[in-house]
Amino acid sequence: MNITELTVHELQEKLKNKELKITDIVKAYTDRINEKEKDVQAFVTTLTDEATNQAKEIEEKVNSGEISGEFAGIPIGIKDNMCTKGVKTTCSSRMLENFVAPYDATVIENLNNENIIDLGKLNMDEFAMGGSTEYSYFKKTRNPWNLNKVPGGSSGGSAAAVAAGMVPWALGSDTGGSIRQPASFCGVVGLKPTYGLISRYGLVAFASSLDQIGPITKDVYDSAMLLNLIAGHDEKDTTSIDREKVDYTKCLKNDVKGLKIGVPKEFFGEGINKEVKEALEQAMETYKELGAEIEEFSLDIAEYSLATYYIIACAEASSNLGRFDGIRYGYRAKEYKNLRELYKKSRSEGFGAEVKRRIILGTYVLSSGYYDAYYKKAQQVRTLVMEQFEEAFEKYDVILTPTSPTVAFDIGSKTNNPLEMYLTDICTVSVNIAGLPGISIPCGVDSQGMPIGMQLIGNKFCEETILNAAYTFEQKIKFRENHKPTFEGGIN
Amino acid sequence: MLREDYEAVMGLEVHAELSTKTTIFCACPTNFGASPNTQTCPICMAMPGTLPVLNEKVVEYAVKAGLATGCDISRDSKNDRKNYFYPDLPKSYQISQYDKPLCEHGKIEIETSEGKKTIGITRIHIEEDAGKLNHDEFGGGSLVDLNRAGVPLIEIVSEPDLRSTEEVELYLKKLKSVLEYIEVSDCKMQEGSFRADVNVSVRKKGDSKLGTRTEMKNMNSFRSITRAIEYEIDRQIDVIENGGKIEQETLRWDEVSGKTFSMRDKEDAQDYRYFPDPDLVAIKLSEEYIENIKKTLPELPESRKQRYLEEYKLSEKDANIITSSKYLSDLFEGAIEVCNNPKAVNNWIISDISRILNETETEPIEIPFDSNQLGKLVILIDKGTISSSIGKKVLEELFENPRDPEEIIKEKGWIQISDEGEIKEIVLKILEENPQSIADYKAGKDRALGFLVGQAMKQTKGKANPQMLNKMFLEELKK
Repeated sequence: MNITELTVHELQEKLKNKELKITDIVKAYTDRINEKEKDVQAFVTTLTDEATNQAKEIEEKVNSGEISGEFAGIPIGIKDNMCTKGVKTTCSSRMLENFVAPYDATVIENLNNENIIDLGKLNMDEFAMGGSTEYSYFKKTRNPWNLNKVPGGSSGGSAAAVAAGMVPWALGSDTGGSIRQPASFCGVVGLKPTYGLISRYGLVAFASSLDQIGPITKDVYDSAMLLNLIAGHDEKDTTSIDREKVDYTKCLKNDVKGLKIGVPKEFFGEGINKEVKEALEQAMETYKELGAEIEEFSLDIAEYSLATYYIIACAEASSNLGRFDGIRYGYRAKEYKNLRELYKKSRSEGFGAEVKRRIILGTYVLSSGYYDAYYKKAQQVRTLVMEQFEEAFEKYDVILTPTSPTVAFDIGSKTNNPLEMYLTDICTVSVNIAGLPGISIPCGVDSQGMPIGMQLIGNKFCEETILNAAYTFEQKIKFRENHKPTFEGGIN
Repeated sequence: MLREDYEAVMGLEVHAELSTKTTIFCACPTNFGASPNTQTCPICMAMPGTLPVLNEKVVEYAVKAGLATGCDISRDSKNDRKNYFYPDLPKSYQISQYDKPLCEHGKIEIETSEGKKTIGITRIHIEEDAGKLNHDEFGGGSLVDLNRAGVPLIEIVSEPDLRSTEEVELYLKKLKSVLEYIEVSDCKMQEGSFRADVNVSVRKKGDSKLGTRTEMKNMNSFRSITRAIEYEIDRQIDVIENGGKIEQETLRWDEVSGKTFSMRDKEDAQDYRYFPDPDLVAIKLSEEYIENIKKTLPELPESRKQRYLEEYKLSEKDANIITSSKYLSDLFEGAIEVCNNPKAVNNWIISDISRILNETETEPIEIPFDSNQLGKLVILIDKGTISSSIGKKVLEELFENPRDPEEIIKEKGWIQISDEGEIKEIVLKILEENPQSIADYKAGKDRALGFLVGQAMKQTKGKANPQMLNKMFLEELKK
């Protein structure tokens, strides 16, 4: 038995049957991290020693009956933009290189309450801005399916670590596709929940009206379980919605008969890779075989989503990142003559180029004289995007698209072309703009063996519908049984 | 042109600290004067990942202020971010309200020497206070204290309806008293919980167009507001008379030099990049909510004043003074309940109490004794236990070390001498010592009687009952 290939629900079963002990599981993962980290570079901070000690403690407590719970002792990895008390939270930025938060994010509290063990903090694009994890200040994470390729981003560390078996599951965050796109590139399952389903308290803000935390897992069942643990109203986040708790594993029926799936033709037009398109068409066939109804329709507003997204996200980011001023915490320039220079140098030296680019863009679109032309207009388009999705969901239960127009690309191939990098978000951003749930699951591999992702979009708070659609598909094609990351390729 | 040919136009932006127990977006206490950074949490320190949660009391208090000043209350309002960098602003934006304030279109009535005047209120909005910077006496830099960061404020913006320093002062006093009456702010100017920025412009009398305005900050008393306005009006007229142009700018009032100084130059013109705060949901208020707050509004100064005129027959002037402060007004009503002598209580407040407040630069809220003690003082005089001159001493004692007036006079031995035998003894002694006065009186100089009573009061340190002295001197002199 290869422990690190098991899903969390499989681990739970083996714990229950006493086939495995908590310490066995954690040891397997810490060994795997020690073995693979030099190739994958997924972690900013590893907590292997802490995790080993915690595993012993939790195991004793479980044995003595002091604690119980089906998740006690299960390890996890956390994207490094969620605050963890006593452990560095860097956002993969020089600005927060040594920052230790004095509090736990609400999602972290939820995991701690279940005695879940943190294996470490995972690499990302700096402040979650990017689609390849190459914009990390610390390291470039590599795609376990081919080490010369990017893992996607910004939650590239989380997706790569799950794909490489270095963590059984992980938390990511998604502002414009940052969970779904890397999940697609790394052949794992990534869910961006409805805006407001998960508390953002403790998630270092990139774009407050778009950010959402979500699970990155090996399969859909694990995704539903992790969603169970983190979903719910939090009085510390007034944008989190107070709704009745649902058990998301209950909706996994392995049945899509009569499910109405809409396919927006705009997502299959220019720019889509041929092999990706073919894989998606194959997936549609599979759904038909499973009894779902597929219909093509037009979602023409999607064309404007990317521009709208970059205006809104950068505007909010320019304000959200103002607090990194070198005064109270984070990086401060060594030498400065006055306050102005303290700000200027600390922020110039502490932030990377992509972050600065977006701050400048955001500052510009909010400036007097430009506000109406950009920010206000973007908000109007945002309303139109929401309306068109609403209309679509009157006809369809699920909307099916590629997660990304391409598979994972070569490291270094897009870092000098910001616009091309922004285009990797084209299929995912409209979901954030409309505040909808979206899931990416693998639907095949291309001729190079690189995973291809399919995105299923649901109506607001209809996570159950897309989870079941994804689960049913997954049961049919059995991607994990048929494809495994190769760790091919070398260091370039 | 002459100075008299110019007219000054003023509008005010008043910031009042709301007296909620906790801050506007987290649960930190709002007490004044705690050690630096001891009243903070990750939220008001703007730690990464933290989020604001709007304190509902702040909305309630602001709505109260809006209702008390005749504003329309917005059913649909929101919070906006005002972005700028300064070390006392930890998030690098202040959460305020931009285009949808909670309250709009209100008014306040003032009574000037030329009659009643209505001053329009443009808007009242909620926002958070910043921290403050302290000069580091040891390191030579600045130290940031974030205790005040997140203390809730309302900003009350007036229309440019004010034409004189008299009107400005009356408006501010009226506004202050309204906020005190509805108990949403303690309005302590010294502690900065009630502060005003003044917009000033001048124009030729008869012009309908407003002149370019400057905004003055950093005045912390009514007196410095008046001085600053007078200085700025003169400065602006000078500039215009000398052929210059007024620059729209923000000025800092310097109390020591009595001058205004430019705070930032034009190149530095701030662009605050206001936009709706995506961390906070819209503020939606129901009719029912607003109605319920309306029901809790207490009696406002205007209506108290009417009552004092009718019920207690106070003069307009006295009623104005007493109702100008909720604390004076409460003191007045409370003392009357104890002693049932409105006229006497009125006199105490208008004359001696007001004088002491003025002399010691104390605000009514800081009066250390309560209405019960003032009422008892009046009773002691009414009963003849003490004279009114001893009463004044008791009042001073109440300011010094407030306690039961009865205790004070016992302790100090100030009880009035009203015993006939004792009085007679004093009278005889004084007459014996002043034969000349007896002769004067008999020669028809009535003033001599006053002198004799005065001597008797002096010898008894004011404790002898003056009416009895008078009567007994007369009796003896007529013998």
